[in-house]
Amino acid sequence: MDKKTIIKIANLAKLEIKDDKLNDIASSLEKILNLVDEMNGVNTDDVTPMSHPLNLKQELRKDEVKEANQRDLFQKDNENTDNGYYKVPKIID
Amino acid sequence: MHNKTVSELKKAIEKKEVSSLELTSLFINRIKNMDPELNSFITLTEEHAIDKAKIIDKEISKGILRPLSGIPLAQKDIFCTKDIKTTCGSKMLDNFISPYDATVVEKLNDAGMVIVGKTNMDEFAMGSSNETSFFGDVKNPWNKDYVPGGSSGGSAASVSARLIPCSTGTDTGGSIRQPASLTGICGIKPTYGRVSRFGMIAFASSLDQAGVFTRTAEDSAILLTHISGFDPKDSTSSKKPVPDYAADCTKKFKSLIIGIPSEFLDGLDDKVREVFDENIRILEKNGCKFKKISLKSSKLGVSAYQVVAPAECSSNLSRYDGVRFGYRAKNVKDIEELYKKSRSEAFGPEVKRRILIGTYALSAGYYDAYYLKAQKIRKIISNEFEDAFKEVDLILGPTTPDTAFKLGEKTNDPIAMYLSDVFTVSTNLAGLPAMSIPMGFKNNLPLGLQIIGNHFDESKILSLAHHYQNLTDWHTKSPQEN
Amino acid sequence: MWDPVIGLEIHVQLNTKSKIFSPASTDFGSDQNTQACAIDLGMPGVLPVLNEEAVKMAIKFGLAIGANISDNSIFARKNYFYPDLPKGYQISQYEIPIVEGGSINIIIDGQTKTINITRAHLEEDAGKSIHDLYPNETAIDLNRAGTPLIEIVSEPEMKSAAEAVQYLKNIHSLVRYLGISDGNMQEGSFRCDANISLMKKGSEVLGTRAEIKNINSFKFVENAINHEIQRQSDILDNGDNVKQETRLYDPSKDETRSMRSKEEANDYRYFPDPDLLPVSITSKLIEDIKSNMPELPSTKKDRFKAQYKLNDYDIDILTNNRELSEYFEKTIEGTDLNAKTTANWIITEVLALANKKNIGVSEYPVSYKNLQNLLSNVQSEVISSKQAKDVFERMWNNGEDAQYIIENEGMKQISDTDELNKIVDNIIKNNYKSVEEYQNGKDKLLGFFVGQVMKETKGKGNPKLINEILKVKLKK
Repeated sequence: MDKKTIIKIANLAKLEIKDDKLNDIASSLEKILNLVDEMNGVNTDDVTPMSHPLNLKQELRKDEVKEANQRDLFQKDNENTDNGYYKVPKIID
Repeated sequence: MHNKTVSELKKAIEKKEVSSLELTSLFINRIKNMDPELNSFITLTEEHAIDKAKIIDKEISKGILRPLSGIPLAQKDIFCTKDIKTTCGSKMLDNFISPYDATVVEKLNDAGMVIVGKTNMDEFAMGSSNETSFFGDVKNPWNKDYVPGGSSGGSAASVSARLIPCSTGTDTGGSIRQPASLTGICGIKPTYGRVSRFGMIAFASSLDQAGVFTRTAEDSAILLTHISGFDPKDSTSSKKPVPDYAADCTKKFKSLIIGIPSEFLDGLDDKVREVFDENIRILEKNGCKFKKISLKSSKLGVSAYQVVAPAECSSNLSRYDGVRFGYRAKNVKDIEELYKKSRSEAFGPEVKRRILIGTYALSAGYYDAYYLKAQKIRKIISNEFEDAFKEVDLILGPTTPDTAFKLGEKTNDPIAMYLSDVFTVSTNLAGLPAMSIPMGFKNNLPLGLQIIGNHFDESKILSLAHHYQNLTDWHTKSPQEN
Repeated sequence: MWDPVIGLEIHVQLNTKSKIFSPASTDFGSDQNTQACAIDLGMPGVLPVLNEEAVKMAIKFGLAIGANISDNSIFARKNYFYPDLPKGYQISQYEIPIVEGGSINIIIDGQTKTINITRAHLEEDAGKSIHDLYPNETAIDLNRAGTPLIEIVSEPEMKSAAEAVQYLKNIHSLVRYLGISDGNMQEGSFRCDANISLMKKGSEVLGTRAEIKNINSFKFVENAINHEIQRQSDILDNGDNVKQETRLYDPSKDETRSMRSKEEANDYRYFPDPDLLPVSITSKLIEDIKSNMPELPSTKKDRFKAQYKLNDYDIDILTNNRELSEYFEKTIEGTDLNAKTTANWIITEVLALANKKNIGVSEYPVSYKNLQNLLSNVQSEVISSKQAKDVFERMWNNGEDAQYIIENEGMKQISDTDELNKIVDNIIKNNYKSVEEYQNGKDKLLGFFVGQVMKETKGKGNPKLINEILKVKLKK
């Protein structure tokens, strides 16, 4: 796991990794990947991947409006709101 | 009174031998006196509890009795509770007051239970020792130099120390069963989909399940009935009807065929093996037939789990960005900094580690080798269990390879930490129900017996556990009180 | 030297009442964040549950384009960070989209061309980021977050901006016909991204493509594509390479520019959403939807031609939207009204007044029944066509019905031949000089005489009869 990869991954995950911690992270991630590599000893060519443990199908919800406006409740502990908007530092597209 | 089971307390309340207020105050005082040494609670909801207890007592005086009226309960701080702080053991949610109740919370509230507090846990349910919580480590009531297990360490420790008769927990790779084993109590993880996940802060969505900690199998059965059932708000919840688990498990015991996987005994510590074998002998003499089975791929469960869980969690935790709720870094110059600083300042190292692994496993070029591969291994493990259950009713083994380890012993060795989950993770991967019950001691620290069942066979598991508890008394042993 | 290769990705907002994964309202124009429930906000512990109507609408669309409807369709998470994407991932579809394949025809230079569709899938819309409300901050409104979208991806088979616009218009018309979207481009319920690259003439090798995002009118689509073709052409002519990037169209400057925030290609790390299960679509459901499908635009156009014998121009206008075509047909249904006359009337009189107020059929103050009544009076010559125009304006502006106006204003045409004969006799008596000129060959004067009679009858004379009577009486 090279440093460049870690920085790229950290960027995707929006995490800051301080330079002095990069080596530690690299080493612990590598150890985990070694553990994970044990899976490669098993042939899985004819196996279907399993996303859900039970063979269920998606329930469909009736198209009805059931939520009332609860903006005040959701925003009451958030000081970074104004006039109902959430606010973030300005983004330049 | 604090040694009474839920079942006994239920009767006491019904007979008006004790009021809810008395019971609630009793447990709150025990918590105030003894919990500072254990740190099993993050939030004590004294006022809220007293208010609810009074309401319940009023109902009782009018002849209104709910299934669990007045019985105090602790909720793992992963379940959203309306108007009560829900932190998930993290700095990220230290100020989060949920606007709604989780379905599990709603159900137990409706059954008349009184929430006395939110218990401590590994941050975002990631851990096996309750040493990653922002709110400090939890101690094992049997020996405070030792861990109680995790991630539901607080829920386990509080029940073990008799600070509360029962508590809720969650289990993604063993987080109910392992702490139950290490603290000498009962912990059950139901079939995936048995209990609604709505309002239960997500770690790994296809593995997480809610469950309960109690001191007896019968108590587990009672509570399980009340938290189970289809929830239209959870697309992954099952419509299978919910039996009266307590009635089922207390019926006359019917003989069962039990499989013991050789993989669960390989290289096991001698003393643990001794304790385990003794328990098998007891059960063999009392209506159980044993069979050797093999779950070849169960050891790979740890590898597969270390991909699937982080992958799902890396995505589930993306919502914690400081914008709409939760921790928000100050003095940020742009949106990029807002995200990075808020997340980096508020997530602990284990959470960050897992997010990084998960992101890596899903990233372009690695998806097939990691995530897809892990989901295939998952299928293989699941198939092996399916085949095994054609031959046996239940599968038994030790819950953990050994007793609790010392605080700080494994914090620098995450791999060792992960490997201690080897007996529990494969059941999560296959979505099967499993329970840990006390089976003995090694060096004065508890050991747990794990009972694994086929999908929706909780009744069989509880039946065996209840039968076992009629033949033994490990579950009545309580840690020394100073 | 260069052949354009164009593919379009269209995002269509489905007009369900509630969101795709939550029961919050999808109404447009509400106060910010008043329609964002806990699920839309991505709060801890919430879970998505799929809206049945969104699935049905997607199936409807798939059937209309002759596509394959997938059984066991899967939802996937598309992971990226943006403040109007509350969960930090968008629930979309990656493998096994609900609709695969299909096609739609366009008419370009009088020829029919088939444009194939790769796939159409369901996904949730993001919220809105508003950059100009605060000096140093961006405001986020999550009302739109969770609104159901169907994303329609075409094969890169369009060769010009004109073809792209035709394709876009046909899809637009289709989704409105199916009643699955209001297709309102200004409100953002119909958005288009274009992928454009240039291929060397005679070559099979595709060039690097640029993506132009979020163009919200047909005119802008045409301009943006043409501009981009030119831009890429210039780059390639210079011997340089086209950069693979995302660009935004700026209508005020009529140019595209590179989007800063999307410079780095994002790794979306798609994986099946573990909170949702595969969607099982039974053949019974498909049959039900099939049997309730409305008539599609192309079928209706063919039928109008055969049944009403209208010309292409009129048909295009009348079938532009389903409501107008129904208004037309309901007006003539069960009557002996002339189709061509009715069509003309709607195209000229009705649409003129409607377009002035920019209203659609559902807001017309004159119902089809009312119009029917008016036009019957014209056809049976109770009133003249000219009178009818005045009556219609009153009906439109005051909401009165034709019968009432005609009777109250005593507008019935004077068709009494005796009365008309008397008036004509009078006019002839008083204009003998003009009569002479007419009889000597100045045929044009007939109009003068008609005008005089009309004046005398205060416009109510039956013009046809007047003409006939005059022609007879003016003969030598």
